[in-house]
Amino acid sequence: MIELKGLHKSYITGNNKLHVLKGLDLIIEQGELVSVMGSSGSGKSTLLNVLGILDSYDNGSYKLNNTLMSNLTEKKAAHFRNNMIGFVFQSFNLISFKNAMENVALPLYYQRVGRKTRNKIAMEYLDKMGIKDWAEHMPNELSGGQKQRVAIARAMISKPKVILADEPTGALDSTTSLEVMDLFREINKSGITMIIVTHERDISEKTNRIIQLKDGIIESDLISKN
Amino acid sequence: MFDTDKWQEIYYSLKQNKLRSFLTAFGVFWGIFMLIVMLGSGNGLQNGVTQGFGDFATNSVFIWTQRTTVEYKGFPKGRFFNYNNADITAIQKNIKNIRYLAPRLRAGGFGGGDNVIRGLNSGAFQISGDYPAMNLIDPINIDKGRFINDIDIEQKRKIVIIGTRVQEALFEPDEDPMGEYIRIQGVYFKVAGIFSSKKSGEQGDRENQGIYMPFTTLQKTYNYGDIVGFFAITAYDNVSVSKVEEETIKLLKQRHLIAPEDDQAIGHFNVEKEFKQMKGVFLGIDGLIWLVGIGTLLAGVIGVSNIMLVIVKERTKEIGIQRAIGATPVKIMSQIITESIFITAFAGYIGLVIGTGLIELVSFALIKFEVDSNMFRNPEVDFQVAVTALLILVISGAFAGFIPAKRAVSIKPIDALRSE
Ligand SMILES: Nc1ncnc2c1ncn2[C@@H]1O[C@H](COP(=O)(O)OP(=O)(O)OP(=O)(O)O)[C@@H](O)[C@H]1O
Ligand SMILES: [Mg+2]
Repeated sequence: MIELKGLHKSYITGNNKLHVLKGLDLIIEQGELVSVMGSSGSGKSTLLNVLGILDSYDNGSYKLNNTLMSNLTEKKAAHFRNNMIGFVFQSFNLISFKNAMENVALPLYYQRVGRKTRNKIAMEYLDKMGIKDWAEHMPNELSGGQKQRVAIARAMISKPKVILADEPTGALDSTTSLEVMDLFREINKSGITMIIVTHERDISEKTNRIIQLKDGIIESDLISKN
Repeated sequence: MFDTDKWQEIYYSLKQNKLRSFLTAFGVFWGIFMLIVMLGSGNGLQNGVTQGFGDFATNSVFIWTQRTTVEYKGFPKGRFFNYNNADITAIQKNIKNIRYLAPRLRAGGFGGGDNVIRGLNSGAFQISGDYPAMNLIDPINIDKGRFINDIDIEQKRKIVIIGTRVQEALFEPDEDPMGEYIRIQGVYFKVAGIFSSKKSGEQGDRENQGIYMPFTTLQKTYNYGDIVGFFAITAYDNVSVSKVEEETIKLLKQRHLIAPEDDQAIGHFNVEKEFKQMKGVFLGIDGLIWLVGIGTLLAGVIGVSNIMLVIVKERTKEIGIQRAIGATPVKIMSQIITESIFITAFAGYIGLVIGTGLIELVSFALIKFEVDSNMFRNPEVDFQVAVTALLILVISGAFAGFIPAKRAVSIKPIDALRSE
């Protein structure tokens, strides 16, 4: 499903070059529930952005669903993001002028699904997330937990192969965090690969595999019992 | 299909900063408004001045006599001379490319005493002796009856064609002048026609106070012998009247023993030259209007482009989110360009409507209050110009949006997402 070989990534700022990912080798199979941990600045977000084709890499290779992700045109990248990948961000990243339902329906808009159809599907996903009653509300009228549920529904609506979540519970209290994790486990059971970046041990303990990053290399990669 | 999401986003984007959106739109509005008003006024000016010409054959020349200024063949300088009937035949015989030749002789006129009498009414009017061709060179509207014909000339018939102002002065409003008689120089003339001028303003007014009679009749009535006052000549359409003018003057100089180098002895007025000069002036005015108008419009469009850049910058993060969940660059660009075209076309359309409205209003007022001016008449905007302007707006709106749209998709999605 996801296959990294000798992946390198540096940031260039002015005259300085910061080597962030230093040759990662990693294979994640379809349907896995993985968490990525590591201290601040270890390169977790960088890795996730490369996996999500939001950012490029310098050396090595990244294959998603057996397709090499390099030198993609922005149009192709958009197409892959739209069809294969769902994103959940720490800061939710909802579109402020669209209500909950319209936010969820947005990926289908880019697939040219008609407004009626996509809104109907969006309502089904909001129902699954348990926030159907909030469908008409604007993002600034929702709590953090509700916003993240909207974001998760949006990530799921295009039936992606993989959902990438960068500290999805970082802005939530612990009870809400655990509720969100339960949702993720639920989604994972339907066969969608989940990769979750987190700092919190009790979050990573809910996943089946924990990858530990340190200074841009994989320090450990453990399959957990559950 | 109507794309609700697209228009929702445009509405949101413009609503964010209402004053800014308004001012931006106003720039475009003003540009197109000015262009339309200036074009309309330019047309008004042109209509006013060309209406003064009536249906005047523009490839015409007038030739009259003045005083000689050069001694020649024993004649002193300062000599007066007259054209005569023999000149008519000579010109017709020797000069090629003349389409119409109309000799004319005049009597009476403004400032003189009353020269036309009918019963108890009388008036001072300009009386012209004309050939039928005159109505082809400097045409008038024959409202009733007819103009002079060849038989009138041949038989020296005592008939007149009178202008509307002459009719008003000599006849009662409910009277029909046709077939009635008026007295000129003690001779009775039958009214054979009534005319009105095709010209506007003062010129038209003066023409309407005129009386036409056959050329030969006037020579006889006023005892002018075989004198000709002046010649009006029209050349064929594909020939420049200047050449005909030159040849005719040369011939007349020979016939009246005038020094070839004496340029003062023969007066002449070339309508074609005059008309061309006027055309040139209007072309210049038109060019200036477009230059200034397009300049103003361009300033407005650049304003739109700038604001779109600012909007794109403000909305970088949102655009980043949209790209992260699958919006293609084309989608993003089309969104921004549509917004840009929308502002430009919308504001421009309002400018177009209000501008044309103003022009129509002025036009209406001019007619309503019967303003009849030689300088300004019937300002108008071509429908074609309006459509062109709108087309220019849409295209320039697209251009205005293009650079900001390119900017929006030029940064990596991740950088867009990270921005605050
Ligand atoms: N756009 C960028 N330009 C330059 N340097 C960057 C950029 N993004 C990240 N970095 C640097 O790369 C390193 C890795 O950053 P990254 O965001 O991947 O860390 P992280 O593991 O996600 O940390 P955190 O847990 O704090 O989110 C950091 O030192 C960071 O300063
Ligand atoms: Mg991070």
